[in-house]
Amino acid sequence: MSDTVQDVKPGFDFGALRARFAYQPVLLGMVALITSGLLAWVAQATQPAIEAAEARDLANSLAQVLPEGYADNDLLRDTLIIDDGGKAVVVHRARKAGEFRAAVFRRAAKGYAGDIHVLMAVAADGQLLGVRSIKHSETPGLGDKIEVEKGDWIHAFAGKSLADPPAAKWAVKKDGGIFDQFAGATITPRAVVKAVKEGLEFYAAQREVIAARPKAEGSGAPVAVGTGPEAEATTDAAAGKGPAGGASPAQVGAASPVKESGS
Amino acid sequence: MSSDYRRIVRDGLWDNNVVFAQLVGMCPLMAVTTSGTNGLGMGIASTAVLIAANVLIAAMRGVISDQVRIPVFVLVIATLVTVVDLAMNAWLHDLYKVLGLFIALIVVNCAILGRAEAFASRNGVLPAAVDGLAMGIGFTLALVALGLARELFGAGTLFAKASLLLGPPFAFLETTVLPGYDGMLLMILPPGGFIVLGLMLAARQSWELRQKARATTTAVPAAA
Repeated sequence: MSDTVQDVKPGFDFGALRARFAYQPVLLGMVALITSGLLAWVAQATQPAIEAAEARDLANSLAQVLPEGYADNDLLRDTLIIDDGGKAVVVHRARKAGEFRAAVFRRAAKGYAGDIHVLMAVAADGQLLGVRSIKHSETPGLGDKIEVEKGDWIHAFAGKSLADPPAAKWAVKKDGGIFDQFAGATITPRAVVKAVKEGLEFYAAQREVIAARPKAEGSGAPVAVGTGPEAEATTDAAAGKGPAGGASPAQVGAASPVKESGS
Repeated sequence: MSSDYRRIVRDGLWDNNVVFAQLVGMCPLMAVTTSGTNGLGMGIASTAVLIAANVLIAAMRGVISDQVRIPVFVLVIATLVTVVDLAMNAWLHDLYKVLGLFIALIVVNCAILGRAEAFASRNGVLPAAVDGLAMGIGFTLALVALGLARELFGAGTLFAKASLLLGPPFAFLETTVLPGYDGMLLMILPPGGFIVLGLMLAARQSWELRQKARATTTAVPAAA
């Protein structure tokens, strides 16, 4: 290495100052202060763009599980947070002309390498409209056939419901069910089947809450529902963006579990 | 002076290449080089961090004291990486979904701390910037070469999804070399990375040895 050393030592006795003990923490503190200031500024400057990109992602995946023209409302805003055994599940509701038609939500199950997240759309009558895997770290080439880009497998769920096939058949073929497994990878499809089945059970259990009309008319109103003791959530998808359509966010706490009219 | 710069560039690109000579930065290297496009994206991000870190540290070298230089370097580098991470998430979101996990790994790429310590803290801003650029390009070349080799054997394509990274005009880069190829899983998995890197290192070594041998054989008759 031919390092071109051309150090310019500052004029006065800076070297002596630099060698003093007190100089070290002051220098470190200053650098930490400046860098954190910079980070705070960049984080703020990029936040709108990041939020927009994430909303776009979500909209894209919602569009994948719902048939085209199935809903005419803004699913990103018509959300409901349901406490499911300590886990908050964000449910997007699809409506057409105000009528509830389907629920879209995420489920996860443990796969071969970490959690597999699936997004599933369930029609009002409990029939699956579509399922997509949205996040996983399964082995490429083996387990990743659950991705729609890599195989048709995930389409097998469309049209199924809790009654069809019967509960015992909600499994991969190896376990006596109806769903194919992959050569060399059983754990992955097994996990997806489990996630989807649990999702359907979750929907069946919460159907009345999910399908309930928003209290205030106007489908844009986010409603938070808690079934657990400390679930008094505000919908994070809608919070901060302001209520749409003039309706104010209705919050229903744990004290009055929702059993709304008409359901 | 200009020969100094030539030396710096030569070092970065070949003689002291981050991957092929220093053998550092293996963690991001193995993780992202499943395709040429991923390698290129990671290379560009690393180069940006390398240049910025080198310039900042060279500019601060009069202020930084020996005793706390390493924590200061770490702070500067970690900040820059976070900035790149946020910026990519905001403006190159599709690529970020592929590389996101690994961008944070730039922070542990010892090539960057290494250049700060070995070069930037002892040189002026301009040479440090050139060094960062040369090292970054050298690293990018290695990432792309490894990525392309693994992609070709693993999936039969070259630069798949390049338009995501570089924009639609670069869609022409995307080629399918082997249509209908089933792919070779080994190449996409980490062992494939080690195998390809090993072969590349062997090739470089044998080329260098042959160069040396040629130099001596041509030198001998000249001396005789």
